[in-house]
Amino acid sequence: MKSHVWRPLYVVIACVAALLLFRFFYVPNDFGSGKRGFMYSYHRKSNEMEWKNQPAKYGTSGRERMHEYCSACHGAVVKVRTEKLHGIIPCEDCHGPVMNHPENPEKLTIDRSRELCLRCHTNLPYTTSERHRIPGINPKTHNTGVECVKCHNPHNPSMEGMK
Amino acid sequence: MERREFLKKCILVVAGASVPVSALTLIDPKKVLAANPDIQWAFLVDTNKCVGCGFCVKACKTENDIPFEANVSRTWVERYVYTKDDKRYVDSPKAALYGYIDSRIDLGRGEFKEIDPKNVGKAFFVPKLCNQCSSPACTQVCPVGATYKTDDGVVLVDRSWCIGCGYCIMACPYGARFFHPIAKVVDKCTFCYHRLSKGLDSACVNACPFGARKMGNIHDPEDPITKIIMNERVGVLKDEFGTKPQAFYIGLAQEVR
Repeated sequence: MKSHVWRPLYVVIACVAALLLFRFFYVPNDFGSGKRGFMYSYHRKSNEMEWKNQPAKYGTSGRERMHEYCSACHGAVVKVRTEKLHGIIPCEDCHGPVMNHPENPEKLTIDRSRELCLRCHTNLPYTTSERHRIPGINPKTHNTGVECVKCHNPHNPSMEGMK
Repeated sequence: MERREFLKKCILVVAGASVPVSALTLIDPKKVLAANPDIQWAFLVDTNKCVGCGFCVKACKTENDIPFEANVSRTWVERYVYTKDDKRYVDSPKAALYGYIDSRIDLGRGEFKEIDPKNVGKAFFVPKLCNQCSSPACTQVCPVGATYKTDDGVVLVDRSWCIGCGYCIMACPYGARFFHPIAKVVDKCTFCYHRLSKGLDSACVNACPFGARKMGNIHDPEDPITKIIMNERVGVLKDEFGTKPQAFYIGLAQEVR
């Protein structure tokens, strides 16, 4: 039977077939859903490994283990700082991410800027916050333009440790 | 040998032989846990401990290659200031990347609000990040299957599959997603998935000097974080949305949403 009705139908069928063929080749084989089902976890499975294989920049976990790691070579310095008030701060917060140090980078870039200290030591009038327990200064009046480490020893922050 | 003695020895030998060799090997709890796929990562934020130093944001941006200058971040710290004449201010300048070194409130568009120190009633800091919801709205709306929830409870984005349509950014009730200005795809907190799988803490947990951020496996009843979540008074953000967030907050105020 020849009819003008059939011709557009063939076009539609051809389009759908082309789409399915394209999809067959384009969508990776490992597409699927995990135990959370289609709604929450329809994904390319190999992507999980891609995220897992990203390199980590910061080193050993937690401040105790971090101090342990650093003290293997920098024993004396680490000992001083873990005993003093600043012992709660992980080494990497100021000294930068350890990555593959000491091979790469050989030396870490230490952040000695005033702004780094001011993160905690800016005086804010918040009596209800933990911030209130940290000694603070007014950055606009307290020795402006001078790095804090010129006078204060960050590894021994008590007033007796002043340079 | 007496008959009684003989029977006693027989029972001993049979009992001894019936113990399989595998029952005598010592079990390493770490190995059992590693073989156990039933891991569900959860986050615990103690808002009472946060001082707003922003080291977490700095560590996160460094670890995950988020440009410092761009006004986007996987995690951020909010400052809440309530005045005695009952006004409330919230700000998070540059996601608190450089901490809070100014007592003025950042109102946006370069405007700042000075608050009289005598007028400050209550003020505190709240760290925020992706809640890694159990029923995430963001993964439901993805039209191409680029964002998904892993079996261990982390929501990830497939960078090679994301088309950048931004539906998920709109769907997230917490504003945890953003468009990555360099990768040109949607990006979000991954709980530092690459670090978790190496046995490390996430970069923000690692960097926090005050222990305000912690992470644990909520399916392990012996995990100290699980114990806190189960036994202490914790809250979640926007519970009414039904997304079942997996970031729990100690000391959550009503205004924090």
